Amino acid sequence: MIKKTKKVPDSRGHFGRYGGRFVPETLIPALAELEETYKKLKKDKTFQQELDLLRNNYIGRPTPLYFAKNLTERVGGAKIYLKREDLCHTGAHKINNAIGQTLLAKKMGKTRVIAETGAGQHGVATATGAALVGLECEIYMGTDDMKRQSLNVFRMRLLGAKVTEVPTGSRTLKDAINEALRDWTTNVRHTHYVLGTVFGPHPYPAMVRDFQSVIGTEARKQILRAEGKLPDCLIACVGGGSNSIGLFCAFLKDKIKMIGVEAGGLGIESGKHAARFAGGSLGVFQGCMSYLLQDGDGNVLGTHSVSAGLDYASIGPEHCYLKDLKAIEYTYATDDEALKAFDLLSRTEGITPALESAHAIAETVNVAEKMPVDAIIIVNLSGRGDKDVMEVARIKGIEL
Amino acid sequence: MKKIANVFKQLRKAGKKAFIPYIMAGDPSLDDTKRFVAELEQGGADIIELGVPFSDPLADGPTIQRASERALAQGVTLRKVLALVEDIRNDSRIPLVLMTYYNPVFKYGIEAFVREAVRIGVSGVIIPDLIPDEAGDLIGYAKKYGLDTIFLLAPTSTEKRVKIVARSSTGFIYYVSITGITGAKLQLDSTMESTLSLIKKHSRKPVAIGFGISSPEKAAAVARLADGVIVGSAVVKLISEGKDIRAFARAVKEVI
Ligand SMILES: Cc1ncc(COP(=O)(O)O)c(C=O)c1O
Repeated sequence: MIKKTKKVPDSRGHFGRYGGRFVPETLIPALAELEETYKKLKKDKTFQQELDLLRNNYIGRPTPLYFAKNLTERVGGAKIYLKREDLCHTGAHKINNAIGQTLLAKKMGKTRVIAETGAGQHGVATATGAALVGLECEIYMGTDDMKRQSLNVFRMRLLGAKVTEVPTGSRTLKDAINEALRDWTTNVRHTHYVLGTVFGPHPYPAMVRDFQSVIGTEARKQILRAEGKLPDCLIACVGGGSNSIGLFCAFLKDKIKMIGVEAGGLGIESGKHAARFAGGSLGVFQGCMSYLLQDGDGNVLGTHSVSAGLDYASIGPEHCYLKDLKAIEYTYATDDEALKAFDLLSRTEGITPALESAHAIAETVNVAEKMPVDAIIIVNLSGRGDKDVMEVARIKGIEL
Repeated sequence: MKKIANVFKQLRKAGKKAFIPYIMAGDPSLDDTKRFVAELEQGGADIIELGVPFSDPLADGPTIQRASERALAQGVTLRKVLALVEDIRNDSRIPLVLMTYYNPVFKYGIEAFVREAVRIGVSGVIIPDLIPDEAGDLIGYAKKYGLDTIFLLAPTSTEKRVKIVARSSTGFIYYVSITGITGAKLQLDSTMESTLSLIKKHSRKPVAIGFGISSPEKAAAVARLADGVIVGSAVVKLISEGKDIRAFARAVKEVI
């Protein structure tokens, strides 16, 4: 349980020792403007009404909290509820943030938005928001991710976005963020950067958390209605950390076990993973201080995960803060475990999860097993698996 | 080794401007870098910026990104760049400034870095992803051990930012000529003059202009507005093409 001694982040964007603003000076005035505008709009009734209307009628909120009876019976332990973010318009929680930020960009008088994307979900969500509010849109995506998420690349283009390939570095999410930051540094006067997770320079970690907090706010009401009590455990996968914080933050004052699941890739010993807490150390990367997979000289290490959305070398600063406070536990699931969970949920419930969310399902199976049958777990099903079907077929050696 | 402030003072007296070329340490090898430093000094460079390669150079355009990749492929690290400076110090007293991203310094240990840098004769440090607001520790140790901290300003900078950056910078203030990354195209417009006069209003510290200055002509044009000119991508490009950087340095020095 957290004693709220201090409000986080502080006025300079620090969550304890984490967070902050580590970007070129060129961007500082834009970040200050963003912070100011966001502060105002947070309290602005018309903006909030506009956002609520879009949440209800466009995104499709509230998303159901579904009791996964078959999975629960199969595992034979705690009752498993799925928060169905996979049913959001465009297929993942990313739209909650993207709609918020594109609306914000419009209010700031920007004419163009840019974004990075790994799995393509945030890219699709941003392209969608841009189409909706009428903004020019460019999405940066690493070459490797474009290959494994080709369906989403096509979707973004359908939505009118320009998708720009990033062939440098590790050719994945972190390189797409570098390129997006370079673009923003160049076009900052008329462009807003729609960062896709609770990462980067202040105010992004706090702002994206706020836009995603709708997940937890709904889930809390829904579980109280369904069960008349709070859950015993919350589980979510952690890439940058937005779907997890979105679910968790409504429960931080309660004494509830919360588990964030990172990408264990081929296993921690292999070095091919994205488990920042299990394998990383304190560092400064892409705008903030946080845990980072890096070598002894401070260069950022390559990462690996079967899921593009978790394949990132660092993690949102608030997660580090909450880990230190022991409010959230972190573990990881390997590629194999996630792939098994991908199959399991498809067969037991008729729900094919995103590979990212499959990491949370994998951990849920482990945890639920050991809990009594009257215990309750809520898992954030952050996205649907359609985007991953081609890749999973490829891994299984099946030609489609 | 000469202090950066003194370099500017002497040049000012002579009615001259500082020429500050940038090269990536270890591109294509550390031995070559040592030779390039000598050539640039012979060509008339007043201060030299040594880039430290980093895996994720988010403030750099393609030219310096590639140089960084080449240096990393050689196994060049901050530690090795510091050793290189120590070696260069046997032959040269020209002020050397390290341009590095923050994480290598943070990982090295801020105090350990500053102490070692000063011990071997580094004059200053430029960290493009570190703003003064986040640099309390670095500034403290830099004062204690005697290292210049050069912070950056940009065309987007407000008066509030100008005040903060001007106050925290020592040696000189780095004015980024364009809204963009290294190697982009220079635009001479009224924003540059107005931001520079804003800087001059709040500080008497020397100002050097960098980013996008790709030829002696452009160097001459911006030199009129400031105390020094920084040329990065253009020099890095000449090196990658195997061309004579001493001649380029002479050509720039002649017109500023
Ligand atoms: C479906 C899905 N879940 C999870 C993530 C991970 O991001 P975060 O940790 O910010 O929720 C992604 C990222 O692309 C995603 O697409």
